[in-house]
Amino acid sequence: MFGATEPLDTRDATPIAAPAINGHVRGDDRDKAKPVSAGTADDSGPDWAAVLIRIRDHRDEASFVALFRHFAPRVKAFLMRSGADAAQAEECVQDVMATVWQKAAQFDPARASAATWIFTIARNRRIDALRKQKRPEPEDLPWGPEAEPDQEDRLGLQQETEHLEEALASLPAKQRELIEKAYFGDLTHSEIAEATGLPLGTIKSRIRLALQRLRHAMDRK
Amino acid sequence: MTTIRHHLTDDLIMGYSAGTLPEAVNLIIASHVSLCDDCRAAVEAHDALGGAVLDTTKAETLDDGCLDATLAMIRAMNAPAPRDIKVPQDPVAPAPLLDYIGGSLDAVKWRPVGMGVKQAILKTSPDATARLLYIPAGTAMPDHGHRGLELTLVLQGAFQDDEGYFARGDIEIADADLQHTPVADISQDCICLAVTDAPLRLKGLARLAQPFLNI
Repeated sequence: MFGATEPLDTRDATPIAAPAINGHVRGDDRDKAKPVSAGTADDSGPDWAAVLIRIRDHRDEASFVALFRHFAPRVKAFLMRSGADAAQAEECVQDVMATVWQKAAQFDPARASAATWIFTIARNRRIDALRKQKRPEPEDLPWGPEAEPDQEDRLGLQQETEHLEEALASLPAKQRELIEKAYFGDLTHSEIAEATGLPLGTIKSRIRLALQRLRHAMDRK
Repeated sequence: MTTIRHHLTDDLIMGYSAGTLPEAVNLIIASHVSLCDDCRAAVEAHDALGGAVLDTTKAETLDDGCLDATLAMIRAMNAPAPRDIKVPQDPVAPAPLLDYIGGSLDAVKWRPVGMGVKQAILKTSPDATARLLYIPAGTAMPDHGHRGLELTLVLQGAFQDDEGYFARGDIEIADADLQHTPVADISQDCICLAVTDAPLRLKGLARLAQPFLNI
């Protein structure tokens, strides 16, 4: 499906190296291994997935405040560029961030980065608030404690997401703007066809593997 | 999961991820994705692109008090429900569809449209129409073309037309150019979810009946 996109994907396709944290650290131990303030190996800022997991597992308000300070101004920008006025956007930001707190248990770090997950919540809020429509969501594929994604899957996905941001930033301005317009809800369906064909093959394969593991875990139930 | 041979196109996946499609189209995509992990992975990869757009967008300044108001909201919230693995509730209708048919296929109010074919129009926003079709085994649907897009997802049984053989989970994407005559497989009655973003064009006599059939 994404065959035509490969030439754009110039990154090394070797498997992602295991992170500094050894073995398969699970559950709460993993959070302690990654403090909120710690950056990832490079200088890309805090590990927001780890922050979300602290919110998920410990209902940690300090983590929520850190997450809010980073994402809430971006969610507001997203909503305003999607056609909301400032007051409407401000109200929706509160709903979106409160939903992040409330639904943190559904966050699966092997399938989505924090930014991705918050994007889906903001998008759904936009459809609800601005278009007054329900948005049908796929059947839920939640994971039980036994199927907790392992550290390597989680970091692999997060790293892939960083590569995707870099790929987006390095696109010619015209193509990048087209993609931004698509996600701000500013393109018609036929215009969207022109914005497709991005290097999403590797991230798709990663998510596909995570889904396979979930299915196996569900079959064992 | 059964092998699915007919998938969503990139433009539909991106439109679903961007959130710009009509409700009825979102419904059929969510139903297909419930049955197809390849397309689910593709949707989530496109969501990652949306996340990248969100994360790299120029931030807006929040009003004073936005954080405090949000903290007040979360402190007032009940503890969220723990994660729970749910088994599919219906062997035929995926979860997103159940919400539109009153929780069960048994609750569907079918209306006959001729030749044993039955349909039920689902309530969605008016920019596209979703309907369930019940086609007795071996029956041919009227020969028809479309003014716009027609998406057909097989939920039970199978059908065959010029484009190929479509079984459970397969989605056919027919644009304005396709004139086709789907025939339900002989082995089992066929149930499909079909979505159109413009009225169908029927050929011959069926065209006269179109206003009454509402298809």
